[in-house]
Formats: sequence, structure tokens, C-alpha cells
Amino acid sequence: MERRIFVLLLKRGCLLAVLALLAACGRENLAADNSADAQVPVINPEVDRREIDEPKIGSSDFELGAYVGYMSVEDFGTNVVYGARLNYHITEHFFAQANYGQTDTDKTSFEELSGGANLLSDDDRTFRYYNALLGINLLPGESFIGRSWAFNSALYLAGGVGNVDFGGDDYFAVTLGAGYRVLPVDFISINFDVRDHMFDSDILGDSKVTHNIEFLFGVNFFF
Amino acid sequence: MRLLVVIAAVVGLVAASPATAREKRYYEVVVTDVYVEMHTGPGGGYPKFHVVERGEKVEVLKRRTDWFKVRTEKGVKGWVDARAMSRTVQPDGRPTKIENPDLRDFIDRRREAGLQVGDFDGADIISAYLSWLFTPNLSFEVWGSRITGDFSNGWMLNGNIVHTAFPDWRIQPYATLGAGVIRIDPKSTLVGSEDRTDQVAHAGLGLRAHISRRFLLRAEYKSYVVFTSRDDNEEVSQWSAGFSFFF
Repeated sequence: MERRIFVLLLKRGCLLAVLALLAACGRENLAADNSADAQVPVINPEVDRREIDEPKIGSSDFELGAYVGYMSVEDFGTNVVYGARLNYHITEHFFAQANYGQTDTDKTSFEELSGGANLLSDDDRTFRYYNALLGINLLPGESFIGRSWAFNSALYLAGGVGNVDFGGDDYFAVTLGAGYRVLPVDFISINFDVRDHMFDSDILGDSKVTHNIEFLFGVNFFF
Repeated sequence: MRLLVVIAAVVGLVAASPATAREKRYYEVVVTDVYVEMHTGPGGGYPKFHVVERGEKVEVLKRRTDWFKVRTEKGVKGWVDARAMSRTVQPDGRPTKIENPDLRDFIDRRREAGLQVGDFDGADIISAYLSWLFTPNLSFEVWGSRITGDFSNGWMLNGNIVHTAFPDWRIQPYATLGAGVIRIDPKSTLVGSEDRTDQVAHAGLGLRAHISRRFLLRAEYKSYVVFTSRDDNEEVSQWSAGFSFFF
């Protein structure tokens, strides 16, 4: 009896094994069919890739220009000043600015009245400065000339630090100012500035803070 | 006179050439928003004077900060901001490509330049530098500084290596080590002192922070040793801060 049950179980076991083997083969066949399907695409798209040379968007965030004006150097009279300027517009609100300018100064009133006494040599009388400023644009809008002309304009404040070379020495200077910018066309800006260069001067003996104010008119080109 | 004729001819040629050259092609985009506003200038404060409707095509003439000068098919020119531009597509349907440097570009930057102002042992110092990043962690910098003090002025030129341990952070601490030369000129109002040039070495710590676009703030402390020709070396400390940009 036990033997018969054993044989039956063995037969069932063989049957199951054969079935399992068949199932596995079938699955393999199925897989093979699938991969064959993938290798032979039904539709073969002929994509024609176009090579386009896209024109680039040029940016013009820089301004380069020159200016001329009057500069009052404390104790040394008011004279024509001229210089060069580079602006970089960081955002629509802020810009960075670098300036270099120079002016020839007069004699002090003491030198004039005393007759022959000269405090400075001719070369030392030239006041040269360079500075780096950060500016903020205020009140952007349009300025009107007559009925039919409107130009973009803005007021701005600028402040920063720089170096002053005057009287044979160099000084650390703080520069503050305000300006008005008009753009007759998009790539030209006309600027009017008032600024003060402040530094500790010991040219006339005791050290004191001097204020050196300039009025400027400048023209810049964007690039 | 002959020179004048030549100049006139050259100017004439230069002026005439754009007309003969083929017309410049601009980047074109199609408006997908309901409408896009055009301003008279590159800023939110400039008046709006025109709208471009959905489906209209515009040419992008140039860019200033985050504003784009565009020309409509009817020839109206005005300025559109970057946000509106980002919601347009190219004529073939692909999204408009606008370069906007961000934190990713800051982390991947190769060159950096900046300006610093600070205190150099009681004297004022203004410095400019140029930096090359040859790995994300290491960079080489060249610094030029102008020192203006009460009794003397000077120049300093330095080269230094900067190491950043966390190059993918928005605010990065760094350490630096370098050497250079310093030249001190006593003020002309002082009598009997001499100009001198000495070698310097320095070590320092600092912080760099990406603000927006291409801009970063940077502040640092450096400790210098000036190798003087006298018996003792001088030690000088410097604090400075400023802003920089990468490109």
C-alpha cells in the first residue's frame, strides 16, 4: 500500500516537473518572440535633423565714455576737469562705475598774495583721481522735449571709494554723487553729474577733510 | 587734402557696406502668453506703450540686464522683461533659450574678478584681483592693492592659492596662502625717510557668497608678514570686503 502511494506521488512529481519545464520553455519562447518584435520596428521614422545656427541675443550691459566739466579743488580754485568712465549695468536698478579724471589746479590765495611763495611744483598741481562706485537708478521714466520727443531717462545716486593723487601724495578718497542720464537712442547715454570727492588732506599743514566738488557732462556708448 | 579724400572714401565705404551686406538675422520668438507688455526702456519703471498678442512673432534685437529689446512684425520696438521672455517659444515650438547665470554657474565658474576695500593696519587699502579656478576646490589669484595711510602710501602685488572645502555651497568659507612684494613710499610731507620694497607672505580666511546672476560678495581677513631688511619682520593684519563677479 505504502509503495503504491509512493509510486503515485512519484508519477505526480514527474508530471509536475514536466509541466514546469514546459511552462519555462514557453516563457522563454515568449521572451524570444518579444525581443524579435523589438528588433524589427513596425514604423521606421526617418527623422531629418536640421542643423540650425541660431542667432545669438547680443547683450549691451557696458557703457564707455568721456566727460568734461568743472571741478572745485578745495583751496586750489575751480578748473576744467576731464575724464573717462566705464559703467556696467548689473541689474535694471544697480550699476558699477569706474572713473578716471584729472584737472590742473590754481594757486591758493596765499600763494597769490605772498608773491613768490610756491607750495607745490607744477607737476604736483595736477589733481588726478580714479574710483570705483556703485550706483542705484532712481525715478526711471521718460523726459519730454516739446510735444513729439520723449527720451528714456533716470536719476541715479553713486557712491564708492578711490584714490586721489595730488600735491605729490596719494589719498584714499570717498566719492558720493548724483546724476541724471538721458538716452537719445538706445546705445548712447548723456550724463549730468554732481559729485564730491572727500579725503583727508595735509597739504596745507594740519590734516583736514577736504571736499572737492565737480559738475560733469558726459557722453557714453553702450556695447 | 588727399588724406581728407581718402578718409571720406573709407568712411563712405564703411557707411555703405551694411546696406549691401545681407540683412542681419535675429533670434525670433512667438508669444504664448495672452499678451506681453512692451516698455519704452529696459526697466519696470519705464512706461508700457504696446502689447504683443498671443501667436505674434517678435525679433529679439538685444539684451540689457534682464530686459530684451524686441521688434514686432509691424516694426514696433520696445523692451520686454526676462520673465515674459521665458514664456515664449521659438517658431518651431521649442522653448526660448535665455542665458541666466545662477548658482549652478557660480559653482562651475572658471574665472572670477573683484574689487575690495578695507583696512591694512590702520591704512586704507583698495584691491583688485583676478582668479582662475583650476579645480572646484582650488584657485589661483593675482592681487594688486593700493595702500593709503597717514604717513605713507604703497603698492602691493600678491599671488595666492585659495582652497574652498565646500565648492557647492552658496556661501563658501575658504582659506588662502600667498606671497608677494610691497612698496612703501613715505609721504612727501615727511622729511628724511626712504622708499622701500620688501617681500611679503600671507595667510588668510574668508567668505564668498553668491548673491544673484554673476555677482558675489566676498570678505576676508589676511595676516601678512613683511620681510624687512631691518632686524625684525613686521606683522600686519588686513580686513577687507567687496563685490566680485564671475565669467
